[in-house]
Amino acid sequence: MIRFAIISASVVFGASLACAEGIAPQQVQFEDGAIAASLTGVAGDPVSGAELMNKGSGNCIACHAVTELEHLAFHGEIGPPLDGVADRWTEEELRGIVADAKQMFEGTMMPSFYKVSGFTRLGDDYTGDAHPGGEVTPLLTGQEIEDVVAYLMTLKEE
Amino acid sequence: MRRKDRMRNQVALGLAISALAFGASAEPDDDRLVVNGEIEMVTETAAPEHMEGVKTIYSGWRFRSDETQAFQIDDFDNPSMIWVETAQEVWETPEGAADKSCSSCHEGVESMAGIKAVYPKWSDAAGKVVTLEQQVNNCREERMEAEAWKYDGGDMTNMIALLASVSRGMPVNVAIDGPAQSTWEQGKDIYYTRFGQLEMSCANCHEDNYGNMIRADHLSQGQINGFPTYRLKNTKLNAVHARFKGCVRDTRAETFKPGSPEFVALELYVASRGNGLSVEGPSVRN
Ligand code: HEC
Ligand code: HEC
Repeated sequence: MIRFAIISASVVFGASLACAEGIAPQQVQFEDGAIAASLTGVAGDPVSGAELMNKGSGNCIACHAVTELEHLAFHGEIGPPLDGVADRWTEEELRGIVADAKQMFEGTMMPSFYKVSGFTRLGDDYTGDAHPGGEVTPLLTGQEIEDVVAYLMTLKEE
Repeated sequence: MRRKDRMRNQVALGLAISALAFGASAEPDDDRLVVNGEIEMVTETAAPEHMEGVKTIYSGWRFRSDETQAFQIDDFDNPSMIWVETAQEVWETPEGAADKSCSSCHEGVESMAGIKAVYPKWSDAAGKVVTLEQQVNNCREERMEAEAWKYDGGDMTNMIALLASVSRGMPVNVAIDGPAQSTWEQGKDIYYTRFGQLEMSCANCHEDNYGNMIRADHLSQGQINGFPTYRLKNTKLNAVHARFKGCVRDTRAETFKPGSPEFVALELYVASRGNGLSVEGPSVRN
């Protein structure tokens, strides 16, 4: 929340600041589904990334199985297992997939974790009520995306 | 384009590996449902012609664990039946300024056999598609001169459970053509709309992924032939629009209201995806 507020403020006060503070969801540039630069300039933390795989707004294992996280109950089968995912994709591609998978896979069911507009009947969290209007918080912050990507980069088999 | 092809191969390969690694069941089971040793339920049949993406339709019962399934095999074990009995009494109890009960006009509740199977349906009098709940409230207000029940409240859901119980085993057969068609089309649009911050449609979960696990949940086709359902999770009878509301809420969307024109249209459409399955309500789910 707080981080997002800072990012938005920097959007208003100038592009150079925005660079220093990070890239807001509306500013992200995709190239072939990938995002070249870090969203925050701060290296991702794979330990925090692993936690996001399991809970909160990440909850990636709701849809993906990860053998290394087998100690956690109930892995989903909606998306492909993520074992060895770092052998298949570059860091830039993984950043793009986690931020907005629809850029890489047209029509995919995977939610867009770093997106703040273009929704139909956007709700207020999980209350079922309408979003109160104003700023929309993305499912994951820029740093959380970096953390998840850092964790995915550890999933190598080759 | 090249990227997507590459992806598809990996998905196929990946899914095979995941089935091995986690041993999850990706299919409905093969169990047969015979209630009370006499009502033979059709829990699997060819999809109705209007469905393009699905060949075979299954009752949600087929996706539940053996323990959950067992609750529905005998009325003695089905917790819904307490409320069916309550509604049976209400059926015969006069209420409202006209001092009439349901039985004043309809005699025994057995006269309602087959009704649940064809609702929602077009009503000439109302000039729109109506649900069974709306029909019940219409009788209460117009004929009994009693107050309408809350759309998805306990009194109403109990009565719907009673009405469903006398249609059990009969094939769902809602009409989608004629004057109902535009409502049906509207429901279909809603079914395929990706709602909320998670941008998910009914079809994402219940057409594209039935049989798959989403976290701890084994996804069914989201059929409504079993409604009302007793859920072990909240230990009460659940109305169909309450279930729709929960599923839409889970996409981080603003839901529609129980009884709203949108949910009536969605109910007609979802019911039509189950044409040919048996009326199973009141059923038991987790
Ligand atoms: C609701 C389901 C869902 C959720 C939640 C989800 N994904 Fe996905 N994901 C998918 C699907 C489906 C695909 C396959 C892409 C397609 O549609 O073709 C996918 C693809 C991927 C891929 C490419 C996999 C490969 O093997 O090439 C990565 C990486 C990925 N997801 C990471 C994540 C991460 C990290 C999260 C959580 C922050 C996440 N996903 C949450 C459904 C989901
Ligand atoms: C994010 C996934 C998801 C979405 C999107 C979703 N559902 Fe569900 N739904 C579930 C889960 C999980 C269950 C419980 C397991 C089951 O029966 O599939 C469920 C159950 C149901 C049931 C109960 C089935 C039974 O046998 O009792 C119905 C009916 C249903 N959903 C309808 C819908 C409709 C209509 C929509 C769209 C408005 C929808 N769902 C959207 C996940 C979803």
